[in-house]
Amino acid sequence: MRHIVSLLVENESGALSRISGLFSARGYNIESLTVATTEDPTLSRMTIITTGSNRIIEQITKQLNKLVDVVKLQDVTEGNFIEREMMFVKVKAEGESQRAEVHRLSEIFRARIIDVTDTTFCIELTGSGDKLEAYIRAMHENNIIEVVRSGSMAILRGEKALTL
Amino acid sequence: MELSGSEIIIQFLKDEGVKHLFGYPGGAVLHIYDALQKQDDVMHVLVRHEQGATHAADGYARATGKPGVCLVTSGPGATNAVTGIATAYMDSIPLVVITGQVPSHAIGSDAFQEVDAVGVTRPCVKHNFLVKDLTKLAETLKKAFYVATTGRPGPVVVDIPKDITAPHIKIPYVYPEKIEMRSYNPTSKGHPRQIKRAVDLLLSAKRPMIYSGGGVIMGEASAELRQFVRKLGYPITQTLMGLGAFPGTDPQFIGMLGMHGTYEANMAMHECDVLLCIGARFDDRITGVISKFCPYAQVIHVDVDPASISKTIIADVPIVGGAKQVLTEMLKVLDKTEKEIDSTALEAWWKTIGSWQSQDSFAYDKNSDLIQPQAAVEELYRVTNGDAYITSDVGQHQMFAAQFYPFDEPRRWINSGGLGTMGFGLPAAMGVKLAFPDKDVACITGEGSIQMCIQELSTCLQYDTPVKIINLNNRYLGMVRQWQEFFYEKRYSHVYMDSLPDFVKLAEAYGHVGIQVEKPADLHDAMKEAFKLKDRTVFLDIITDREANVYPMISAGKAHNEMDISPLQQQKQASLKAEGELV
Repeated sequence: MRHIVSLLVENESGALSRISGLFSARGYNIESLTVATTEDPTLSRMTIITTGSNRIIEQITKQLNKLVDVVKLQDVTEGNFIEREMMFVKVKAEGESQRAEVHRLSEIFRARIIDVTDTTFCIELTGSGDKLEAYIRAMHENNIIEVVRSGSMAILRGEKALTL
Repeated sequence: MELSGSEIIIQFLKDEGVKHLFGYPGGAVLHIYDALQKQDDVMHVLVRHEQGATHAADGYARATGKPGVCLVTSGPGATNAVTGIATAYMDSIPLVVITGQVPSHAIGSDAFQEVDAVGVTRPCVKHNFLVKDLTKLAETLKKAFYVATTGRPGPVVVDIPKDITAPHIKIPYVYPEKIEMRSYNPTSKGHPRQIKRAVDLLLSAKRPMIYSGGGVIMGEASAELRQFVRKLGYPITQTLMGLGAFPGTDPQFIGMLGMHGTYEANMAMHECDVLLCIGARFDDRITGVISKFCPYAQVIHVDVDPASISKTIIADVPIVGGAKQVLTEMLKVLDKTEKEIDSTALEAWWKTIGSWQSQDSFAYDKNSDLIQPQAAVEELYRVTNGDAYITSDVGQHQMFAAQFYPFDEPRRWINSGGLGTMGFGLPAAMGVKLAFPDKDVACITGEGSIQMCIQELSTCLQYDTPVKIINLNNRYLGMVRQWQEFFYEKRYSHVYMDSLPDFVKLAEAYGHVGIQVEKPADLHDAMKEAFKLKDRTVFLDIITDREANVYPMISAGKAHNEMDISPLQQQKQASLKAEGELV
């Protein structure tokens, strides 16, 4: 099963390597990992997407909790949550028809064109991983120059929150 | 008080009550060594290799319950310490290892003797710190001791760049009495409802079994365990790490369990219907194949580390808490409950266990012309009245020590159980002797293991730590040879210790006494002589039967009731069967 684990960790050098090291040392999967500082500069928030049986996920959360740098942890997938990922795609856009095609497709996906040159478009798209993948599939493969994905982030719906 | 970084380190150690510091100087820690030299509250023990420093501190910690403290330099100093740090990590031993680091401005430049000590040690420490700011030094050291000694203990590394310890930069110092860490709050009190459930389940058992481990010793819960087990009258087995928490000579103790545990302990594990595991972690040397582990048992698991619970064996009643606190609560529940033990079932259970015991699974050839390693350990037990601190290395001799030297007190049996580090025994014995100069300390070792840290014989002389080295010399890497005999059709690959040194001369070269024993008849006198020389380190080189094996044995993929038993036990089993005495 796919799980999204959100963590508040001490914003200290080495915290990230402790967490990624734990996953590699114990053979756990990481599908994606995003990290940035929170409104409290002493804390970083991490979102880790991982897969495994319930037992493995239980071990992952216990082992993460055991790390001294981990302040708080939440398995978001246990609740009602919102998940988003951001993607930049740079595509070839030469000639009228190709440019129109990219434009149209981006509109369908509610993507935004954020940079334009004579020969390229850069598109920004936010959504679930499935949506981002659908966009890539819809775009002709040989048109794509570069894809940048942020990895997922997630938040619980309603009043529940991961805070100190 | 205005102090430099180096002075803060030393003053802090004094304030923390550290009496012994095991270390080795080098460029990055020169300032600290200068400060160390100007005082004599903290005794520095100069080892001969940083691995020795960590093992000695580890032995000291295991024997005393206090954290062991090391000081090593950057680069090779830190990497040499890694084996000892990993050893302590696997056995949950509180260590604080201070590693020197190149100056802050040089970090990352591949400077001379630079290694990313925090990175290198990360997978084998409970936590580690790089001190970047002199004003945080005392606080960081306090955190290191706090983390190392609380919850499930473990080693903590503090990496200190040289500029932080510079003698001319002084700042005010106050000993941080208390420390708060928002991200680290270990629980020690078990859940009351779970404790109640556990006691109820234990009382309902027909074939109960108690299995305790190193957590009872580390958690100082030996007295509570004794009280609890005696009150119930149930059989108890202990892991290699847990020996001594419950007295080894008590009839309720049915021997160590696991790969080389007693026949009766392993059979009882297999047949039990309720298992209480306390302060142990269902290690693979304990469980045998998981799918066949304790097939009839409901499992209660008490551990201070939540991650240990249901990691390999799913607990029916999980209790997160310290062994001492949980046992104390369990005793209270037991006092109040109206439920009673099923004494008829318990009597029948003990009878079954008795029939397993009567097979004498540790039997060995007592009439041999060759010294049997088991006999050497038994002789050591007699000569020391079973009251010595015993350290060991890793291999057959370690198993013989665990099998034939019953420990009646905790912290007497000191060995590398989790990591299985050869070379551990001698430096660990040194650490124990420093802590308890008036006690007998012996290191049971083999000619393979002892050579891995033999340089510490020199330290033993310098600091006057007269330990007795019981070298069970079979001229083989015995445990490897045993496996090659059993599983590789006796193809002995690289287990012959060719060109062994003359250990007697070697001991003498280091300024100690060397005695070699070759005949069983000489064993007693030699052992007596070794312990009579109170003030001398004695290297007793005992030439043992080359092909002695450790029995019983649970092979890979086998269950507790599928042990390989010794030829002698097989004979006994057959004769008991013939007499109809096997239950």
